[in-house]
Amino acid sequence: MLEIKNLKAGIEGKQILNGLDLTINPGEVHAIMGPNGSGKSTLANVLAGRPKYEVTGGTVTFEGKDLLELPTEERAREGVFLAMQYPVEIPGVNNIYFLKAALNAMRKHHGQEELDAMEFLQLAREKMKVVELDESFMNRGVNEGFSGGEKKRNEIFQMAVLDPKLAILDETDSGLDIDALRIVAEGVNALRSEHHSVLVITHYQRLLRYLIPDFVHVLANGRIVKSGGKELAEELEQKGYDWIEQEVEVA
Amino acid sequence: MSVAVTTTLRERAAETFEKLGWPTTRLEEWRYTNLAPLQKIQWRTGDPACPDRQDCLSATLAGRATLELIFINGQLFETTGSAGSALKETINIADWERNAMVALNTANAQDGAKLEIPAGTVVDGFIHLLFVGKGDGVWSHPRNVIVVGANAQVTIVETYVGSGSYFTNSVTEIVAHESAVVDHYKIECESLTAYHVGNVYIRQECGANVTSRTIALGGALARNETHVVLNGEGAAVALDGLFVGTGSQHLDNRTVIDHVQPHCESVELYKGVLDQNARGVFDGLIIVRPGAVKTVSKQTNRNLLLSETAIVDSKPNLEIHNNDVKCNHGSTIGQIDEEQLFYLRSRGLDADEARSLLIFAFASEIVDRMKIEPVREQVRRALFRQMPERLPERRGETR
Repeated sequence: MLEIKNLKAGIEGKQILNGLDLTINPGEVHAIMGPNGSGKSTLANVLAGRPKYEVTGGTVTFEGKDLLELPTEERAREGVFLAMQYPVEIPGVNNIYFLKAALNAMRKHHGQEELDAMEFLQLAREKMKVVELDESFMNRGVNEGFSGGEKKRNEIFQMAVLDPKLAILDETDSGLDIDALRIVAEGVNALRSEHHSVLVITHYQRLLRYLIPDFVHVLANGRIVKSGGKELAEELEQKGYDWIEQEVEVA
Repeated sequence: MSVAVTTTLRERAAETFEKLGWPTTRLEEWRYTNLAPLQKIQWRTGDPACPDRQDCLSATLAGRATLELIFINGQLFETTGSAGSALKETINIADWERNAMVALNTANAQDGAKLEIPAGTVVDGFIHLLFVGKGDGVWSHPRNVIVVGANAQVTIVETYVGSGSYFTNSVTEIVAHESAVVDHYKIECESLTAYHVGNVYIRQECGANVTSRTIALGGALARNETHVVLNGEGAAVALDGLFVGTGSQHLDNRTVIDHVQPHCESVELYKGVLDQNARGVFDGLIIVRPGAVKTVSKQTNRNLLLSETAIVDSKPNLEIHNNDVKCNHGSTIGQIDEEQLFYLRSRGLDADEARSLLIFAFASEIVDRMKIEPVREQVRRALFRQMPERLPERRGETR
């Protein structure tokens, strides 16, 4: 589904990813862990096409297409979703109107009939229950006045409605209390299927207790330096990241 | 609806205009707006021609007002419904002695609403004054006078539309007596080849509460002035403004709020959106007189520039003559927020649609607090027409 080869990228002339390789197959949940500054968020932003990030080398193929060639909205329509680390507030843009426009843009892209207001509301209500967001959130501005936890739950709500093939969670767990963490994990677990893949980017192992990954990768200095199963996350939690860095230096 | 401007006043105003001449950019309050192109034209009074119903009605609130007056090229064409009563007294609060364009209007004043809302009367719904400009080289000088009696309440909507390169030079005078409540809308959607100079003069007595909103979307050149005198204790005024320009439109907004008496409050928010080569001006002056203690005043101007070549000149201005006041003012000029744009696109909206949504969101702060749904709807539709890319899903859909 997603194949990243020798990806080199950075921002403002500073290279952060130094030849990253990663392959994600349909149905797999991958976790990328790593210390601050290792390039975790850069990877997420490059995949979503955030402006100012520059790719200087390597390739990213998503379902056979050159992902890096596509503008941000095309990536979204092809099924790549980024749950942002810092969801921005957009006062004046109605939450539910925006999401309906997004879903219909996606459906149109795939030659499907657009949903009318009633059909959409029904879908939205169903998905809201999963993330335990109150219906009053629907008619507020996008993320306007939401608490940190509400913003993250709104990301997961959007993900649930848009039903992406590949969901990338960029530190969605940071700053969440245990209840919100559980809700976020349930939202992601509900998406899991043999056709859906998830890339969880995190600093801590907390979220991975609820969201069991198939693979765990350690990112250091812009490269994946170690990969393993879910037990690697536990090991990192206990031992920190220093031993990995030492191991890499020795090698 | 006879003309309330007397012959002698016309003559004196004509002399005054002769003396003052057309405003030039040498005058501080006309620094950014040049009326020279208008002076070269031999303007004539237009025919009270039948309006193109299809043309103007689609952009109006037709049939939804308690009282609607339709004026074509400055002349009354049709009256539907009723509200208030005909004005008996002569009112002159617009400053024809110093404001040249008011003098020009006074000298040539045509039809307009001349209404009195008796004390204690609450007018249901709204009064709609629709001014249609038609033809080239035609000017009109509408003159509205509305007196709102003590404890009376009324909503007045002025809409300016048309086709051709005509020139509208309007004056609206509103007197709000003790504790009157007035909600005033001026929606300027003139033809993109037309000129519009409009002066709104408002005088408020004790405890009168006035909201006046100026929406400037049309015109090759539009200058909207609002002058408010807070003439009685405890009067409160809110001025909202929204100007959205594209192409080479020039949209100038000037407001003067004069705090004469104590305990008055003024809140002002003007928002500008300028695209392509459009130019916008906000020139807001707040005067607090020596006796106007306990004044509370807030003036804000926010602007969104959508192109490298769009220009906005923002000139917020406070003139305070006593120490017992709470006043602040500020202005900002910015571009579309890249983070917000990325967020919308990352969910699948294309760049044009995302931009339109953000522009609309910026404007909606002014639109959403309009109290009358048909007016909000009319302004939203007019805004859509100004957007780089229309939002197909929003057409005909209210929420």
